[in-house]
Amino acid sequence: MTDCVAIVIVSHSLDVARGAADMVREMVGNEVPVAFCGGNPAGGLGTDVAAIQAAIESVYRPKGVALLVDLGGAETNSEVAIELLPEAMRGHVTICNAPIVEGAVMAATEAAGGASLETVRATAEEFLS
Amino acid sequence: MAPDDLRDLIARSAATIAAHEEELTSLDRAIGDGDHGANMKRGFSAVAEQADALAGLPLGEALQKAGMTLIMKVGGASGPLYGSLLMAMGKALPDGGPADLAGVAAMLAAGVEAVKARGKSDAGAKTMLDVLVPLARALQSADAGTAAAAAIATARRTADEALAATRDMKATKGRASFLGERSIGHLDPGARSSALLVHAACDFLEDRS
Repeated sequence: MTDCVAIVIVSHSLDVARGAADMVREMVGNEVPVAFCGGNPAGGLGTDVAAIQAAIESVYRPKGVALLVDLGGAETNSEVAIELLPEAMRGHVTICNAPIVEGAVMAATEAAGGASLETVRATAEEFLS
Repeated sequence: MAPDDLRDLIARSAATIAAHEEELTSLDRAIGDGDHGANMKRGFSAVAEQADALAGLPLGEALQKAGMTLIMKVGGASGPLYGSLLMAMGKALPDGGPADLAGVAAMLAAGVEAVKARGKSDAGAKTMLDVLVPLARALQSADAGTAAAAAIATARRTADEALAATRDMKATKGRASFLGERSIGHLDPGARSSALLVHAACDFLEDRS
Protein backbone atom coordinates (compact mmCIF):
# COMPACT_ATOMS: atom_id res chain seq x y z
CA MET A 1 0.00 0.00 0.00
CA THR A 2 1.31 3.44 -0.93
CA ASP A 3 2.25 5.75 1.89
CA CYS A 4 0.17 8.88 1.34
CA VAL A 5 0.34 12.40 2.68
CA ALA A 6 -2.63 12.92 5.01
CA ILE A 7 -5.16 15.74 4.72
CA VAL A 8 -6.60 17.78 7.60
CA ILE A 9 -9.55 20.08 6.96
CA VAL A 10 -10.08 22.99 9.39
CA SER A 11 -13.22 25.10 9.05
CA HIS A 12 -15.06 27.54 11.29
CA SER A 13 -18.00 25.18 10.84
CA LEU A 14 -17.91 21.50 11.74
CA ASP A 15 -20.54 20.89 9.04
CA VAL A 16 -18.37 22.48 6.37
CA ALA A 17 -15.32 20.51 7.53
CA ARG A 18 -17.25 17.24 7.60
CA GLY A 19 -18.80 17.97 4.21
CA ALA A 20 -15.44 18.74 2.63
CA ALA A 21 -14.03 15.50 4.09
CA ASP A 22 -17.02 13.60 2.67
CA MET A 23 -16.32 15.05 -0.76
CA VAL A 24 -12.68 13.97 -0.57
CA ARG A 25 -13.67 10.41 0.35
CA GLU A 26 -16.32 10.30 -2.36
CA MET A 27 -14.11 11.72 -5.11
CA VAL A 28 -10.71 10.34 -4.16
CA GLY A 29 -11.42 7.28 -2.05
CA ASN A 30 -10.35 6.12 1.35
CA GLU A 31 -6.65 5.48 0.83
CA VAL A 32 -5.74 9.05 1.76
CA PRO A 33 -6.14 9.60 5.51
CA VAL A 34 -8.44 12.58 6.13
CA ALA A 35 -9.19 14.26 9.44
CA PHE A 36 -11.36 17.30 10.00
CA CYS A 37 -12.39 19.68 12.75
CA GLY A 38 -14.50 22.80 13.10
CA GLY A 39 -16.07 25.00 15.72
CA ASN A 40 -14.66 27.00 18.61
CA PRO A 41 -13.98 25.51 22.06
CA ALA A 42 -17.53 26.42 23.12
CA GLY A 43 -19.12 24.66 20.15
CA GLY A 44 -20.01 27.78 18.13
CA LEU A 45 -18.52 28.84 14.82
CA GLY A 46 -14.76 29.26 15.02
CA THR A 47 -11.71 27.08 15.41
CA ASP A 48 -10.08 25.35 18.34
CA VAL A 49 -6.29 25.01 18.63
CA ALA A 50 -6.51 21.81 20.69
CA ALA A 51 -8.95 20.21 18.24
CA ILE A 52 -6.74 21.12 15.28
CA GLN A 53 -3.73 19.64 17.04
CA ALA A 54 -5.68 16.45 17.81
CA ALA A 55 -6.86 16.18 14.19
CA ILE A 56 -3.30 16.49 12.90
CA GLU A 57 -1.99 13.91 15.37
CA SER A 58 -4.83 11.50 14.50
CA VAL A 59 -3.59 11.15 10.90
CA TYR A 60 0.07 12.10 11.35
CA ARG A 61 2.68 10.26 9.33
CA PRO A 62 6.28 11.27 8.52
CA LYS A 63 5.35 11.46 4.84
CA GLY A 64 3.46 14.62 5.77
CA VAL A 65 0.15 16.25 6.63
CA ALA A 66 -1.42 18.98 4.45
CA LEU A 67 -3.90 21.36 6.09
CA LEU A 68 -6.72 23.08 4.25
CA VAL A 69 -8.22 25.93 6.25
CA ASP A 70 -10.95 28.49 5.71
CA LEU A 71 -10.99 32.09 6.89
CA GLY A 72 -8.67 34.17 9.12
CA GLY A 73 -8.64 32.60 12.55
CA ALA A 74 -8.59 29.09 11.11
CA GLU A 75 -5.21 29.85 9.60
CA THR A 76 -3.80 31.60 12.67
CA ASN A 77 -5.04 28.87 14.99
CA SER A 78 -3.67 26.18 12.65
CA GLU A 79 -0.25 27.85 12.71
CA VAL A 80 -0.31 27.78 16.50
CA ALA A 81 -1.48 24.14 16.54
CA ILE A 82 1.46 23.18 14.32
CA GLU A 83 3.89 25.01 16.61
CA LEU A 84 2.49 23.11 19.59
CA LEU A 85 3.12 19.71 17.96
CA PRO A 86 6.08 17.62 19.12
CA GLU A 87 9.21 18.93 17.40
CA ALA A 88 9.70 15.79 15.33
CA MET A 89 6.28 16.27 13.69
CA ARG A 90 6.36 20.01 13.12
CA GLY A 91 8.45 20.01 9.94
CA HIS A 92 6.14 17.51 8.26
CA VAL A 93 2.95 19.53 8.54
CA THR A 94 2.05 22.43 6.27
CA ILE A 95 -0.87 24.75 5.53
CA CYS A 96 -1.95 24.98 1.88
CA ASN A 97 -2.90 28.44 0.67
CA ALA A 98 -5.93 27.18 -1.24
CA PRO A 99 -9.73 27.22 -1.09
CA ILE A 100 -10.80 24.66 1.47
CA VAL A 101 -13.06 22.37 -0.59
CA GLU A 102 -11.30 22.52 -3.96
CA GLY A 103 -7.92 22.49 -2.26
CA ALA A 104 -8.78 19.43 -0.18
CA VAL A 105 -9.95 17.45 -3.20
CA MET A 106 -6.92 18.48 -5.30
CA ALA A 107 -4.49 17.78 -2.45
CA ALA A 108 -6.03 14.38 -1.78
CA THR A 109 -5.97 13.46 -5.47
CA GLU A 110 -2.27 14.25 -5.60
CA ALA A 111 -1.63 12.53 -2.27
CA ALA A 112 -3.34 9.34 -3.44
CA GLY A 113 -0.59 8.87 -6.01
CA GLY A 114 2.06 8.93 -3.30
CA ALA A 115 3.29 12.47 -4.00
CA SER A 116 5.50 14.35 -1.54
CA LEU A 117 4.06 16.96 0.82
CA GLU A 118 5.60 19.76 -1.27
CA THR A 119 3.93 18.43 -4.43
CA VAL A 120 0.60 17.97 -2.67
CA ARG A 121 0.72 21.54 -1.47
CA ALA A 122 1.75 22.91 -4.87
CA THR A 123 -1.15 21.07 -6.52
CA ALA A 124 -3.67 22.39 -4.00
CA GLU A 125 -2.34 25.91 -4.47
CA GLU A 126 -2.67 25.76 -8.26
CA PHE A 127 -6.26 26.74 -7.72
CA LEU A 128 -5.05 30.21 -6.89
CA SER A 129 -3.26 30.78 -10.17
CA MET B 1 3.45 41.75 41.78
CA ALA B 2 1.52 40.76 44.88
CA PRO B 3 -1.03 37.97 44.32
CA ASP B 4 -3.95 40.26 45.19
CA ASP B 5 -2.73 42.84 42.68
CA LEU B 6 -2.53 40.31 39.88
CA ARG B 7 -5.99 39.00 40.78
CA ASP B 8 -7.28 42.58 40.61
CA LEU B 9 -5.66 43.24 37.22
CA ILE B 10 -7.12 40.03 35.77
CA ALA B 11 -10.58 40.82 37.17
CA ARG B 12 -10.52 44.35 35.75
CA SER B 13 -9.40 43.12 32.32
CA ALA B 14 -12.06 40.42 32.18
CA ALA B 15 -14.73 42.83 33.47
CA THR B 16 -14.01 45.49 30.86
CA ILE B 17 -14.11 42.94 28.05
CA ALA B 18 -17.38 41.49 29.37
CA ALA B 19 -18.90 44.97 29.78
CA HIS B 20 -18.05 45.83 26.17
CA GLU B 21 -18.90 42.49 24.59
CA GLU B 22 -21.83 43.94 22.65
CA GLU B 23 -19.83 46.90 21.43
CA LEU B 24 -16.95 44.69 20.22
CA THR B 25 -19.41 42.40 18.50
CA SER B 26 -21.17 45.22 16.71
CA LEU B 27 -17.87 46.77 15.58
CA ASP B 28 -16.82 43.35 14.30
CA ARG B 29 -20.15 42.78 12.61
CA ALA B 30 -19.59 45.94 10.58
CA ILE B 31 -16.23 44.91 9.13
CA GLY B 32 -15.49 41.36 10.30
CA ASP B 33 -17.50 38.30 11.23
CA GLY B 34 -19.13 39.50 14.43
CA ASP B 35 -17.44 37.15 16.88
CA HIS B 36 -14.85 39.40 18.51
CA GLY B 37 -16.95 40.23 21.57
CA ALA B 38 -17.94 36.65 22.34
CA ASN B 39 -14.46 35.31 21.59
CA MET B 40 -12.68 37.83 23.79
CA LYS B 41 -15.20 37.33 26.58
CA ARG B 42 -14.73 33.57 26.46
CA GLY B 43 -10.94 33.93 26.54
CA PHE B 44 -10.76 36.47 29.34
CA SER B 45 -13.40 34.63 31.39
CA ALA B 46 -11.22 31.52 31.13
CA VAL B 47 -8.23 33.54 32.37
CA ALA B 48 -10.34 34.99 35.20
CA GLU B 49 -11.31 31.47 36.25
CA GLN B 50 -7.62 30.70 36.66
CA ALA B 51 -6.93 33.89 38.60
CA ASP B 52 -6.14 32.16 41.89
CA ALA B 53 -3.65 29.80 40.27
CA LEU B 54 -2.10 32.59 38.20
CA ALA B 55 -1.82 34.91 41.21
CA GLY B 56 0.50 32.45 42.92
CA LEU B 57 2.99 32.47 40.06
CA PRO B 58 5.80 34.92 39.28
CA LEU B 59 4.36 37.57 36.94
CA GLY B 60 6.31 36.39 33.90
CA GLU B 61 5.01 32.86 34.26
CA ALA B 62 1.49 34.07 34.96
CA LEU B 63 1.48 36.15 31.76
CA GLN B 64 2.70 33.19 29.72
CA LYS B 65 0.09 30.89 31.22
CA ALA B 66 -2.69 33.44 30.66
CA GLY B 67 -1.48 33.83 27.06
CA MET B 68 -1.70 30.09 26.48
CA THR B 69 -5.23 30.08 27.91
CA LEU B 70 -6.27 32.77 25.43
CA ILE B 71 -4.74 30.76 22.58
CA MET B 72 -6.63 27.64 23.59
CA LYS B 73 -9.98 29.19 24.50
CA VAL B 74 -10.75 32.12 22.21
CA GLY B 75 -11.52 30.21 19.02
CA GLY B 76 -10.70 33.08 16.65
CA ALA B 77 -7.55 34.83 15.45
CA SER B 78 -7.66 37.17 18.45
CA GLY B 79 -6.71 34.20 20.69
CA PRO B 80 -3.28 33.58 19.15
CA LEU B 81 -2.76 37.33 18.72
CA TYR B 82 -3.49 38.37 22.32
CA GLY B 83 -1.99 35.09 23.52
CA SER B 84 1.29 35.83 21.70
CA LEU B 85 1.28 39.34 23.16
CA LEU B 86 1.02 38.09 26.74
CA MET B 87 3.41 35.18 26.24
CA ALA B 88 6.12 37.39 24.73
CA MET B 89 5.62 40.02 27.45
CA GLY B 90 5.95 37.30 30.08
CA LYS B 91 9.11 35.95 28.50
CA ALA B 92 10.63 39.44 28.27
CA LEU B 93 9.84 40.25 31.89
CA PRO B 94 12.97 40.44 34.04
CA ASP B 95 12.98 38.52 37.32
CA GLY B 96 11.28 40.61 39.95
CA GLY B 97 9.20 42.57 37.47
CA PRO B 98 9.98 45.67 35.43
CA ALA B 99 12.16 48.08 37.40
CA ASP B 100 10.94 51.25 35.73
CA LEU B 101 9.02 52.72 32.82
CA ALA B 102 11.73 51.67 30.37
CA GLY B 103 11.30 48.11 31.62
CA VAL B 104 7.55 48.21 31.03
CA ALA B 105 8.09 49.72 27.59
CA ALA B 106 10.63 47.05 26.64
CA MET B 107 8.27 44.31 27.80
CA LEU B 108 5.40 45.74 25.80
CA ALA B 109 7.63 46.18 22.75
CA ALA B 110 8.57 42.49 22.92
CA GLY B 111 4.88 41.61 23.04
CA VAL B 112 4.09 43.85 20.09
CA GLU B 113 6.82 42.22 18.01
CA ALA B 114 5.24 38.83 18.72
CA VAL B 115 1.83 40.08 17.57
CA LYS B 116 3.40 41.38 14.35
CA ALA B 117 5.04 38.02 13.72
CA ARG B 118 1.91 36.02 14.53
CA GLY B 119 -0.35 38.23 12.44
CA LYS B 120 2.24 38.81 9.69
CA SER B 121 1.24 42.43 9.97
CA ASP B 122 2.27 45.85 11.24
CA ALA B 123 0.75 49.21 12.08
CA GLY B 124 -1.36 50.76 9.32
CA ALA B 125 -3.41 47.68 8.41
CA LYS B 126 -6.36 48.61 10.68
CA THR B 127 -5.75 46.06 13.42
CA MET B 128 -4.95 45.90 17.14
CA LEU B 129 -1.38 46.82 16.17
CA ASP B 130 -2.60 50.32 15.37
CA VAL B 131 -3.09 50.82 19.08
CA LEU B 132 -0.25 48.67 20.40
CA VAL B 133 2.52 49.98 18.15
CA PRO B 134 1.95 53.70 18.96
CA LEU B 135 1.55 52.80 22.63
CA ALA B 136 4.87 50.94 22.76
CA ARG B 137 6.54 53.77 20.88
CA ALA B 138 5.13 56.42 23.22
CA LEU B 139 6.28 54.54 26.32
CA GLN B 140 9.69 53.84 24.86
CA SER B 141 10.27 57.49 24.00
CA ALA B 142 9.12 58.82 27.38
CA ASP B 143 11.82 60.39 29.53
CA ALA B 144 13.30 58.10 32.15
CA GLY B 145 12.16 60.50 34.86
CA THR B 146 8.51 60.56 33.79
CA ALA B 147 6.24 60.29 36.82
CA ALA B 148 3.88 57.32 36.94
CA ALA B 149 0.80 59.54 36.66
CA ALA B 150 2.15 61.25 33.55
CA ALA B 151 3.09 57.92 31.97
CA ILE B 152 -0.40 56.58 32.62
CA ALA B 153 -1.97 59.70 31.10
CA THR B 154 0.27 59.30 28.03
CA ALA B 155 -0.76 55.65 27.68
CA ARG B 156 -4.45 56.51 27.86
CA ARG B 157 -4.22 59.40 25.43
CA THR B 158 -2.09 57.45 22.97
CA ALA B 159 -4.49 54.52 23.01
CA ASP B 160 -7.54 56.75 22.48
CA GLU B 161 -5.99 58.72 19.63
CA ALA B 162 -4.62 55.60 17.99
CA LEU B 163 -7.99 53.88 18.24
CA ALA B 164 -9.78 56.88 16.72
CA ALA B 165 -7.27 56.90 13.85
CA THR B 166 -8.32 53.38 12.82
CA ARG B 167 -11.67 54.76 11.68
CA ASP B 168 -10.25 56.28 8.51
CA MET B 169 -7.90 53.41 7.75
CA LYS B 170 -8.48 50.85 5.04
CA ALA B 171 -8.11 47.29 6.30
CA THR B 172 -5.42 45.25 4.59
CA LYS B 173 -5.29 42.36 7.08
CA GLY B 174 -7.84 39.95 8.44
CA ARG B 175 -11.44 39.49 7.43
CA ALA B 176 -12.01 43.25 7.16
CA SER B 177 -9.54 43.38 4.24
CA PHE B 178 -12.17 41.64 2.08
CA LEU B 179 -14.19 44.84 2.33
CA GLY B 180 -11.39 47.05 0.99
CA GLU B 181 -12.60 50.66 0.80
CA ARG B 182 -15.81 49.76 2.61
CA SER B 183 -13.82 49.09 5.78
CA ILE B 184 -13.16 52.85 5.96
CA GLY B 185 -15.42 54.71 8.42
CA HIS B 186 -15.52 51.99 11.09
CA LEU B 187 -13.37 51.63 14.20
CA ASP B 188 -11.36 48.43 14.19
CA PRO B 189 -12.70 45.97 16.81
CA GLY B 190 -9.23 44.62 17.67
CA ALA B 191 -7.94 48.16 18.17
CA ARG B 192 -10.96 48.80 20.40
CA SER B 193 -10.34 45.73 22.55
CA SER B 194 -6.67 46.70 22.85
CA ALA B 195 -7.60 50.22 23.94
CA LEU B 196 -10.06 48.79 26.49
CA LEU B 197 -7.32 46.63 27.99
CA VAL B 198 -4.91 49.58 28.10
CA HIS B 199 -7.48 51.57 30.09
CA ALA B 200 -8.10 48.62 32.41
CA ALA B 201 -4.37 48.37 33.10
CA CYS B 202 -4.18 52.15 33.66
CA ASP B 203 -7.14 52.02 36.08
CA PHE B 204 -5.38 49.29 37.97
CA LEU B 205 -2.10 51.21 38.15
CA GLU B 206 -3.81 54.42 39.26
CA ASP B 207 -5.75 52.76 42.04
CA ARG B 208 -2.66 50.94 43.24
CA SER B 209 -0.48 54.04 43.47
